[in-house]
Amino acid sequence: MKIYDGGKILLGLIVFVGLAAFPFLYNAGKAAAKPDPKTDTPVIQEMAEKKCVEPKEFMRAGHMQMLNNWRDSVVRDGMRVYVSNTGSRHDMSLQNTCMNCHSNKKKFCDECHNYMAVKPYCWDCHIAPKEKES
Amino acid sequence: MSINRREFIRIAGISTILGLGGSVIADKLGAASEVLPNEKALKGKHWGMAIDVGKLKTDADYRKCIDACHDIHNVPDIGNPKEEVKWIWTESYEHTFPGLESKFMSESVEHKPFMVLCNHCENPACARVCPTKATYKRNDGLVMQDMHRCIGCRFCMAACPFGARSFNWRDPRPFIKKEKENKEYPTRMKGVVEKCTFCFERLAKGLKPACVEASGGAIVFGDLEDPDSEIREVLRTRYTLRRKAELGTGPSIYYVIGGGEHA
Amino acid sequence: MLEKALVGSRKYWTWVFFLLAVVGVGFLAYLNQFTTGLGITGLSRDVTWGLYIAQFTFLVGVAASAVMVVIPYYLHDYKKFGKVVILGEFLAVSAVIMCLLFIFVDLGQPMRIMNVVLHPAPGSVMFWDAVVLNGYLFLNLIIGWYTLGAEKKGVKPEGWVKPLIYLSIPWAVSIHTVTAFLYAGLPGRHLWLTAIMAARFLASAFASGPALLILLCLIVRKVSKFDPGKEAIQSLAKIVTYAMCANVFFFLLEVFTAFYSGIPSHQHPITYLFFGIEGHTNLVPWMWTATVLAILSIILLVNPRTRKNETTLAFAAAILFIAAWIDKGMGLVVGGFIPNPFEKVVEYSPTAPEVAITLGVWALGFLILTGLYKIAISIKEETAT
Repeated sequence: MKIYDGGKILLGLIVFVGLAAFPFLYNAGKAAAKPDPKTDTPVIQEMAEKKCVEPKEFMRAGHMQMLNNWRDSVVRDGMRVYVSNTGSRHDMSLQNTCMNCHSNKKKFCDECHNYMAVKPYCWDCHIAPKEKES
Repeated sequence: MSINRREFIRIAGISTILGLGGSVIADKLGAASEVLPNEKALKGKHWGMAIDVGKLKTDADYRKCIDACHDIHNVPDIGNPKEEVKWIWTESYEHTFPGLESKFMSESVEHKPFMVLCNHCENPACARVCPTKATYKRNDGLVMQDMHRCIGCRFCMAACPFGARSFNWRDPRPFIKKEKENKEYPTRMKGVVEKCTFCFERLAKGLKPACVEASGGAIVFGDLEDPDSEIREVLRTRYTLRRKAELGTGPSIYYVIGGGEHA
Repeated sequence: MLEKALVGSRKYWTWVFFLLAVVGVGFLAYLNQFTTGLGITGLSRDVTWGLYIAQFTFLVGVAASAVMVVIPYYLHDYKKFGKVVILGEFLAVSAVIMCLLFIFVDLGQPMRIMNVVLHPAPGSVMFWDAVVLNGYLFLNLIIGWYTLGAEKKGVKPEGWVKPLIYLSIPWAVSIHTVTAFLYAGLPGRHLWLTAIMAARFLASAFASGPALLILLCLIVRKVSKFDPGKEAIQSLAKIVTYAMCANVFFFLLEVFTAFYSGIPSHQHPITYLFFGIEGHTNLVPWMWTATVLAILSIILLVNPRTRKNETTLAFAAAILFIAAWIDKGMGLVVGGFIPNPFEKVVEYSPTAPEVAITLGVWALGFLILTGLYKIAISIKEETAT
């Protein structure tokens, strides 16, 4: 069998595969450290029962949707109070409620976000808590 | 609160595993929890303001109102008038009420600064033209700006006949003084439009807008639909003007001009 | 058919690489704007739209003008336009793509553009503009591509394309009407608040679009063996003549209304454009250039001798195009913002990066146009032999 322009096609394929595989090859062998988010902030330390507005498993998987819903509720519908599944009430505010407990943005938020290479732009507007440069 | 915690976790877990992702979780969350308005929130059908121009006497009186607003909302001080961001500021009579100026007029009015801000129109042109409903009118008459949704097309700025809207031509953060920063309120990012929101975040906590509080009684804030409100009493007894009322947008900011006991 | 755009003479590739270079410069400038924000432009809180939206507005007209060859050919069976109709349709395609790109580069938060679809606002003219522009793009792409393909195969286009062609006629009118409504529906912008805005837009579109098409036909004839035909060009010239006269007439109506009524707010923007206000005269030289060019083009077009001479016709078409570009682009868009809602004058002039981005988008549009024309012409040349 003869492939017309076989050389060119082969070369093109090699270039394509090379480009497509570049991110994998580039990172190969470099194991990124497993994220290790911390919740050891002063406010959390002082809590009698250390729990978030919803269970940890839920928050881990769904905090982004929850924050989206909160945002729309507060900004668009004027609803500001969140009544959780356990009946506890919270002011829906990333900047004032979430970050009040989780004042360690670097070790709590960025740890996983960096690992997952997601860059939520919440902090372009919302002011992150003051932290010591580490 | 129709399902218990265990079931809740199970559903959340399963939907994650199934990769159905957020919408399902969010829906279940919606079923299991609820959102409510703050009980202390001020309630009204049509918020409005009456600015008693006579009561604002010195530059410091204006400054207090402007600073109160700009400080709590992290409004940047860009310095360059072309890129300026402002929610409330002053203009002269002829610029506030173009078309109503006269060749010969009362000197006290002619040289008086007038406080200008978003008019929270009854029929807002900005909300009409917004292609994403980032700006819209709420049930309480407040014209809201959702800075999360704005795509920065600036159609609203072309539509607003009051020049009340500002655009973030660049990142505003470097232009907010660190020591003045209000940690409880966000800043904005580049590329979105912003304006006065009648302090929706304060109304939700039962507080009146910051400028009203700082005005020492010169600005009356209230429900225009409520005949017994203080603002309606002011409008009943004093002569007021609205900016460009002839355009039909229905501004909710009234200017008390002369007359009455303050003439 | 796409392969036809990938083979060409040295001249063809020189032109393509020149355009690519301009696109590249524009893209770099855009990256700068993307990271820094629209602050790198000359826009301000008072003049919030400028060069980008001016190009958008002008190019919607160029796109809509394809209808001026579609109507005679398909509705009146004017066979002479058989050869230019595909050129008109492909011009529309590239013009609409430029329009969409100009909107995109004008956005403060371009990554959120899908919000227009995710949170549709049927009350917003901008929403409808997005709908009609995209619809028009697809209509012309499908019609042009399909009929050209049929021609290549030497078969008659199938029946299903006819309704699309008929639909494209009112659709062309709609894109420019809706674009005019972006402006004409705003309270407090006196230059724009006019009932004849859509009519003016269409008149200026039907003058400038076919004028560009005349120039393109002449270029095509020069660089290829394909001749759109002398008669077709002359018919286009007549369309341009009528449309330009209507365009100028409509403008004079605006001047009459503003100045005979004597209402200051209606006079101010026009005064600013042609004479300046309080020493602010940025646009004055531009507007008078446009005026002189418009008058000169009409003289050359109305006079049968100069209209029939293709050299003078080409000159007339070129200066008309420039006049319409100044008037409808910068004049109309920027003029609408001056004076501002406080009756103060804040002027606007574009910055270098802004111009680079604008040229980049134009170059990309012409690159698409070049490719599409290359395909069309290659097929026309093939079927002719």
